[in-house]
Amino acid sequence: MTSETFSTTVPAETNQNDPGGNEPVPSPDVPVVIIEASKSWVSLGVKDLWAYRELLYFLTWRDVKVRYKQTLLGATWAILQPLMTMLIFTLLFGRLAGISSEGIPYPIFAYGGLLIWTFFSNSVTNSGNSLVGSAHLITKIYFPRMIVPAGAVAAGVVDLVLAFSIQIALMIYYGVRPTWALLMVVPLVLLTTLLALGVGMWLSALNVKYRDVRYAIPFLMQLWMFASPIIYPVSLLPEKWRWVLVLNPLTGIITNFRIALFANQSFNWKSLGISAAITAFVLVYSSYSFRRMERHFADIV
Amino acid sequence: MAPIIKVQGLGKQYRLGSDASAYSTLREALVNRIRSPINALRREQAADKKIWALHDVNFEVNAGEVVGIIGRNGAGKSTLLKILSRVTEPTTGRVELHGRVGSLLEVGTGFHPELSGRENIYLNGAVLGMQRAEITRKFDDIVAFAEVEQFIDTPVKRYSSGMYVRLAFAVAAYLEPEILLVDEVLAVGDASFQRKCLDRMKDVGQRGRTVLFVSHNMPAVTRLCERTILLDEGTVLQDDLSHKVVGSYLKSGLGTMAAREWSDPAKAPGNEIARLRAIRVRNGEGQVTDAIDIRRDFGVEIEFEVLKPGHVLVPNFHFSNEEGVIVFVSSDQDPKWIRTPRPVGQFTSTAWIPGNFLAEGTIVVSAAVSTMDPVTIHFFERDAVAFQVIDSMDGDSARGDYAGPIPGVVRPVLRWTDIEASR
Repeated sequence: MTSETFSTTVPAETNQNDPGGNEPVPSPDVPVVIIEASKSWVSLGVKDLWAYRELLYFLTWRDVKVRYKQTLLGATWAILQPLMTMLIFTLLFGRLAGISSEGIPYPIFAYGGLLIWTFFSNSVTNSGNSLVGSAHLITKIYFPRMIVPAGAVAAGVVDLVLAFSIQIALMIYYGVRPTWALLMVVPLVLLTTLLALGVGMWLSALNVKYRDVRYAIPFLMQLWMFASPIIYPVSLLPEKWRWVLVLNPLTGIITNFRIALFANQSFNWKSLGISAAITAFVLVYSSYSFRRMERHFADIV
Repeated sequence: MAPIIKVQGLGKQYRLGSDASAYSTLREALVNRIRSPINALRREQAADKKIWALHDVNFEVNAGEVVGIIGRNGAGKSTLLKILSRVTEPTTGRVELHGRVGSLLEVGTGFHPELSGRENIYLNGAVLGMQRAEITRKFDDIVAFAEVEQFIDTPVKRYSSGMYVRLAFAVAAYLEPEILLVDEVLAVGDASFQRKCLDRMKDVGQRGRTVLFVSHNMPAVTRLCERTILLDEGTVLQDDLSHKVVGSYLKSGLGTMAAREWSDPAKAPGNEIARLRAIRVRNGEGQVTDAIDIRRDFGVEIEFEVLKPGHVLVPNFHFSNEEGVIVFVSSDQDPKWIRTPRPVGQFTSTAWIPGNFLAEGTIVVSAAVSTMDPVTIHFFERDAVAFQVIDSMDGDSARGDYAGPIPGVVRPVLRWTDIEASR
């Protein structure tokens, strides 16, 4: 099917065809919208995204507000999820299997990894299913579609902040004192958010066309979890195989996240650099492929 | 004056058949990749099954005009609005819009049942493209218009459907874009609220805003719009003053007509198994008429030809009212043919509709002949015939001695019992 662009151009550009000025020029704040079948090249539509930034805020706010409505425990769920998983992991892997945690008490070691992981996995799952869940919006009104998966990811940040407070409490309990390195948590969370957005956005667009994605996401997330150093440290692997793990962008993020928390070694800039590069690639690829698939959303969702 | 909407050579193509109707699965896509040689052939065939929902549509609208868009179901009205509101993309052509576009394709879009009325006003406003400051400024007006002041902090899932619709329309009504697209929103709400919405739209038009109004409600179109565009099969058939266009639409057979016959088999709807010949509305005396007394039984008959033997064929009708609401669907349950394949030949099936059942107003009938197992539709003729149900003022119908308008899609005469408490 042929494609189309929705470009919002400034009036000055369109008025060039009318140099005589016999016709009243629309006031400069009136946008001129051209709708037509487009070339195969797509723009990211950044200007449009900016114009609809408040919608992103409202969708995020809606997701946060609605998520724990009519639940008994409310926002406690944001904390319970990683906390319970941590307890199970501590019992199974820390005690029974005796997996090393590089000298850090296993509970806070695991919880640190699980914080990032729970946020990432929930964000990818929610945003992957977000477009299909918003079919009623997509078939009725126009807005930059990227806002839907982006809102789902942004809503996950709120849970992360709640769950992070437990991390601090646990660290105090185990007598681990935070250092200035803790500030690195902010850019690391940002990087995780971008990665989740990249993966979630791409899956959400694919999900519109192939409903298999809905079933594939839990499975994918399970595999991805075991391929990330959450239960175990990277050092558990033999030296010559570690590079494989580093190809997973979450490895660099989680490793450095733990360093930011426990300050037990210096930051691993190399693995962080690889993570950042892969994230950037995923994000760019996914944005463009999202924009390309976006044109058919309303017809097939 | 410069046109605010400029539509040039606009076309929209949809693919029919399994390819486009349902979402595909990843497995199908993968399997098709592998079987690519066979698939290439298949795709050629699938390519034939494309229809133009809109084809070469051209028109211009000046600022401040209120333009009606009419046509039968499937004429392309909704597709046009969807393109103008940027929900879907055109296949060909170009549209130029000088201003913000607001659309009321369906009220309540983006409402969340768990959120309160107040929260939903903000959310819905943002979805429709309003800034937060703008919503805050209009908040009190919106609440007053919707008449939901007392319930503004109640979750909308506890609203009555009337309150829900009123609130949804109110948000949209206070969205103040330069161009407003309206599609059948007036099919909801009670009569007095409909009146209020129509007045609001008229008001919007008079304040220099441009409105495109898609409707099946001909009186509303003539009242609100000076100019009307008639679409048929995806093209502009007529673009003129509303009373002229509505008049010729109703007379043309696209509108109300009690009988239609397809004398030329080549042009009749159908396939190699069954072909439509005629559809007629008859009163109890057997006369073809488009005026049906609400109290009397009447029949809708379909005449069709069976070209190939061996198929179980079930004629069926969809009855819709003028708002496009399907009142009911009925299929031929004659025991003689319900499970028996029909031989080649000509058949006439009649559905008998009882008196004191339908409400007064225009009823549009779409007719089809289908096979149920496997489900195959041999033809489906949309809005094939139409008739008026006329209520009696003699006091012996469901309305009794009441003379005013009565809402509802059916108007049965029911048995009531009264018991007077003993004193």
